Amino acid sequence: MTTINALAAISVAYVLLLFAVAFFAERAAQRGNAGILRAPIIYTLSLSIYCTAWTFYGAVGSAARNGLEYMTIYLGPSLVLIGWWWGLRKLVRIGRSQRITSIADLISSRYGKSNLLGVGVTLLAVVGTTPYIALQLQSVTLSVEVFAQADAVNLHNKQFTAFWVAVGLSAFTVIFGTRNLDTNERHHGVVMAIALEAIVKLAALLAVGTFVVWGMSGGISGTLERIDQSSLGLWEVQGGRWVGLMMLSSAAFLCLPRMFQVLVVENDNDPQLRMAAWAFPLYLMLMSLFIVPIAVVGLDVLPAGSNPDLFVLTVPLSQGQNGLAVLSFLGGFSSATSMVIVAAIALSTMVSNHIVMPIWLRFSATTASVSGDVRQVVLLSRRLSIAGVLLLGYLYYAMSGGGEALATIGLVSFTGVAQVLPALLGGIFWRGATRTGALAGLTAGFGIWLYTLYLPSFGPGVVLPESFFVDGPLGVSWLHPHALFGIEGLDPLLHAVLWSLSLNTVAFFAASLMSFPSPLERLQGAQFVNVQQAPGSARGWSQGAAQAEDLMVMSQRILGATEAQALFQRAAQDQGLAGYLPEPTPAFLQVLERELSGSVGAATAHAMLGQIVGGMAVSVEDLMAVADETAQMMEYSARLEEQSAELSRTAAQLRAANDKLTRLSVQKDAFLSQISHELRTPMTSIRAFSEILRDTDGLTGEERNKYSSIIHDEAIRLTRLLDDLLDLSVLENGQVSLNIVQGTLREVLDRAQAAASANENGPALDIQRDLTRESVVLFTDTERLSQVFINLISNAGKYCDAAQPRLEIRVQKTDKDLLVDFIDNGSGVAPDAQDVIFEKFSRVSDQKAGGAGLGLAICRQITARLGGEISYLPGQGGAAFRVQLPLSMTRAA
Amino acid sequence: MPLFVERQTYRRRRLVDAARALPVLGLMLWWVPLLWSLPEEPMPASTALIYIFLVWAGLVAAAGLLIYALQAKRNRGPEDAP
Repeated sequence: MTTINALAAISVAYVLLLFAVAFFAERAAQRGNAGILRAPIIYTLSLSIYCTAWTFYGAVGSAARNGLEYMTIYLGPSLVLIGWWWGLRKLVRIGRSQRITSIADLISSRYGKSNLLGVGVTLLAVVGTTPYIALQLQSVTLSVEVFAQADAVNLHNKQFTAFWVAVGLSAFTVIFGTRNLDTNERHHGVVMAIALEAIVKLAALLAVGTFVVWGMSGGISGTLERIDQSSLGLWEVQGGRWVGLMMLSSAAFLCLPRMFQVLVVENDNDPQLRMAAWAFPLYLMLMSLFIVPIAVVGLDVLPAGSNPDLFVLTVPLSQGQNGLAVLSFLGGFSSATSMVIVAAIALSTMVSNHIVMPIWLRFSATTASVSGDVRQVVLLSRRLSIAGVLLLGYLYYAMSGGGEALATIGLVSFTGVAQVLPALLGGIFWRGATRTGALAGLTAGFGIWLYTLYLPSFGPGVVLPESFFVDGPLGVSWLHPHALFGIEGLDPLLHAVLWSLSLNTVAFFAASLMSFPSPLERLQGAQFVNVQQAPGSARGWSQGAAQAEDLMVMSQRILGATEAQALFQRAAQDQGLAGYLPEPTPAFLQVLERELSGSVGAATAHAMLGQIVGGMAVSVEDLMAVADETAQMMEYSARLEEQSAELSRTAAQLRAANDKLTRLSVQKDAFLSQISHELRTPMTSIRAFSEILRDTDGLTGEERNKYSSIIHDEAIRLTRLLDDLLDLSVLENGQVSLNIVQGTLREVLDRAQAAASANENGPALDIQRDLTRESVVLFTDTERLSQVFINLISNAGKYCDAAQPRLEIRVQKTDKDLLVDFIDNGSGVAPDAQDVIFEKFSRVSDQKAGGAGLGLAICRQITARLGGEISYLPGQGGAAFRVQLPLSMTRAA
Repeated sequence: MPLFVERQTYRRRRLVDAARALPVLGLMLWWVPLLWSLPEEPMPASTALIYIFLVWAGLVAAAGLLIYALQAKRNRGPEDAP
């Protein structure tokens, strides 16, 4: 009883350590110390989830049964990584540039964002991976049993262990695998824990191997001798299986959902891949180094009939090396858990993005632009999917009874997922590959795999009736599951691999040749195939139909309010607009779609945008870019055009800046003469009338009164002008001291309205206000603020040229700012004047309303001092000014 | 477009060629065991193990060196997309 208790304690401690590592990695990442977490070595180690418990325990078992054949499983992936320059580099770049979230997403995205393909690949992945997860649960259970037997304890229920392992793994995966929605952000915690597990399993296998070679067989030469004398002493690998399995494992390495997750989705720079290209083959080499010695010694030392799959555990135990056995147990446990965690993350992303979200979208189609956070829905669906995937694995394990049949499931599963390979490679290297082709290939491959390998793997008579294996279904012998088309004598696995992959490829190729891709498919195809040459993005959305606000509402639900607003504001700034709503240009829609697809997958993101934009239109230029077979040349020239467009944009900006400067300079000159004129006119009349008063005798009292009040009025006008100038210069130099008091916006507006209408002398201005929205408490310099409002209201009174002038004052609150808009119904400010009206001495029209053109300049200075901003809002059907004030007015104090 | 590229660029391209050729070489070397299946002269498992692992170690070393050399060239020479 002691060993099993100690084992339980050690396992729990180990699991706690993993939780701690994951937790601190997440914390470090949140604080921005992601440097180590992104290190190439961590990436390389995370690839080690390729070595599951099936390889940790099973490789020795396979070596004991079939000799050196087990090596093919490691040789294939080694070649794939050593040949990174051929395909992996491109795949990883596509993954990064297209924000791919899973292998199903890659296939769906490449073939015109087809959700049907996404669903197909997802189903294939779930069917192929579930038995594999069951296998991991079985390995943990079996290894625990070994210790129980050593203690002579009878575990009353084997499934008890498997169940709790499954529960623990789903908890870990839910906690660290669904922290953020964007699967392109790395799961630092998970990756770090997996890297640690990679070290533990390698160390465990090396420790057992070292013990076997130097502790039991007398060094290297002794071991080699022992190998040659054993039943594995001769090279007896079947040539077909040697080649076939090497190819199969290479294919599976690229297509397994969990490998795709760590290899492509979690990758974030090229140096990571460069290191993995040599370091991961080294890791695989070390993993397989001691397999044969352990198998040979196990066959030698242990009684006949012991399960060779557990030699890694039972050999040290039989020698009384309990510590070593526990280390080995931890190695196997690590292999099993890391595989299950990553597989669950990968599958849950696929299930949630390609199955749950589309269904959810369909049933909530009418509410697509209602606000509310969808992120919780997506995260919940992802969490439920994780639990569902593990539950499926557990059920499979429980139903299959955990027998020997499971041991062969590894290669069956490999063959299943390898069916994605033709569509994957065709998709990234061949622009002629179409959605129809991919569907045909996948269907053919999947069907043949099910029929010839997967269903028979349950044993004759379980799913397929026994008669099928005697003389074919219904007596049709050329449909025999192990001898299609009457070709007999092949190994069943090779038979299935050969037929499924070759017919898959033929169907894929033929259907691609015969079908015609949709415009979107051709665009995506060009982007995927030419990812190195043309990193730019294809435009797909047409402008106009989309409403920026609806888009904003939808994005907020998926990305979260803060992220979405930041994204929109950035886009608006890039377009040269103030505020939060950019023009829904095709370029912006493209960026938005890609951003969304990082969270919910390409097909779903596309569908969600489609709901709002109302279908997509491919522009003529885009069609031209793909229609011509010399598209590479066209893309090159397109890039040149883009550069020249960039240059002309810059030139236009410079020209605009220059124009503005010129206009300012002209204005300044004009102002100088204006100010001299303004100063001179009152001066002249003051001088003239004072001379009259001084020199003319016999003026009546009335005349004297009249002349002196003219002098008085002119002096007031002078004073006001000088006051304004002084005010402005004080504000500009920042010498003003603010008098912060508490008040409501309504009071300030009331005061401003009263003051402005007192000066009014034109037709009465109809001011429309919304009093309830105005009851916002402000901590600011209300005097100064009302000065701004007075200016805006009296400007509207002065310049609004409508027959019945009306001014609307709108108040809205965003999360950071208070926005007060003044919108009149006049003809507005001419576009060329809009960018200078806030400059000093700027007047819309000479002489129209008097004044020196200082009002708006003063307003701008004041709002800036109050921590806000005043801007002109174009396109409101009249002149519109927006005063933006920070909600936390304390900053202004 | 000049007909000949600079020496550095030339060297870099040949390194890329080597990197591309390496997996092909590995595949050929690892298919050599297919010849051993001939019944006349069975190959001892120890020899087979040594051969396969030597090839493996050689490939790892070659891949590592090539990547190192490519990086060194990239840091010194002008960027040249393959």
